[in-house]
Amino acid sequence: MRALAGDTARAKFEADIRKLPMADTRSLEARRPERPLSPHLQIYRPMLTMMMSIAHRITGFGNYFGMLLLAWWLIAAASPNGYARFEWFAGSWIGRLILFGYTWSVIHHMLGGIRHLIWDTGRGLGPSEREWLAAANLIGSIAITVVLWIFVLLMMGGSQ
Amino acid sequence: MSGPQHIRTPLARVLGRGAAKSGTEHFWRQRLTAVANIPLTIAAIIIIITLLGRNQAAVAQILGSPAIAIIMLLFIISTTTHMRIGMQVIIEDYVHDESAKLTLLMANTFFTFAVGLAAVFGILKLSFGL
Repeated sequence: MRALAGDTARAKFEADIRKLPMADTRSLEARRPERPLSPHLQIYRPMLTMMMSIAHRITGFGNYFGMLLLAWWLIAAASPNGYARFEWFAGSWIGRLILFGYTWSVIHHMLGGIRHLIWDTGRGLGPSEREWLAAANLIGSIAITVVLWIFVLLMMGGSQ
Repeated sequence: MSGPQHIRTPLARVLGRGAAKSGTEHFWRQRLTAVANIPLTIAAIIIIITLLGRNQAAVAQILGSPAIAIIMLLFIISTTTHMRIGMQVIIEDYVHDESAKLTLLMANTFFTFAVGLAAVFGILKLSFGL
């Protein structure tokens, strides 16, 4: 009789302890009650500052893998055969397209970085200033990239 | 006298876990390398443009010369450091599954070290003519 009472108490204790939040073994995600989500990208009207913020991240992501091309070039420079292979790639239309994109990506990310450094000083955050900076970032990156490529193609055309 | 120690709960005092004192490390290093990257990227672009169209022997000789090699080495080290922190932020923003996140964070470190070291090796090989 006493043993039975003890078992009942134990069963009740075990049932109770399972109700404690810390005994819930489900993930935090599963335990979280349904709450309204904060509005995300699809809610907002696209704006230039927002697009340039996204472009900054995408170009940074692209530059990350572009470093493979730079490493390839530096290693290839040690041997004539290796360098010929790199030059074949760089001269092909797909190679030129990738290198053109890489050039723009690096310059856009650099100008975007300068914009962020200006913001870090507390300047350029006003409504008109930030719009102007975003436009300058985009126009500047395209203009510099195009000018650089025209210069390089003219220079290489002249040397051949 | 009634300083901020009273704000902490007894549990917090027992655990002794305050701030790790390194919260701004990545923030600061990302800006430090960003500032360094501006002149180094401009220099690297100028170096690359002047080398385009030259033959391999000339490219190897110029890239291996001390001043150019040092600029390129600084560029590689500064950018790969910047790359690693930047990609870590992207991974932490978008990958919420714990094991996938840890795997990608490790892969990020492996990739940036490998590509950075490959580029450094390429430059040093040209400089020392091995």
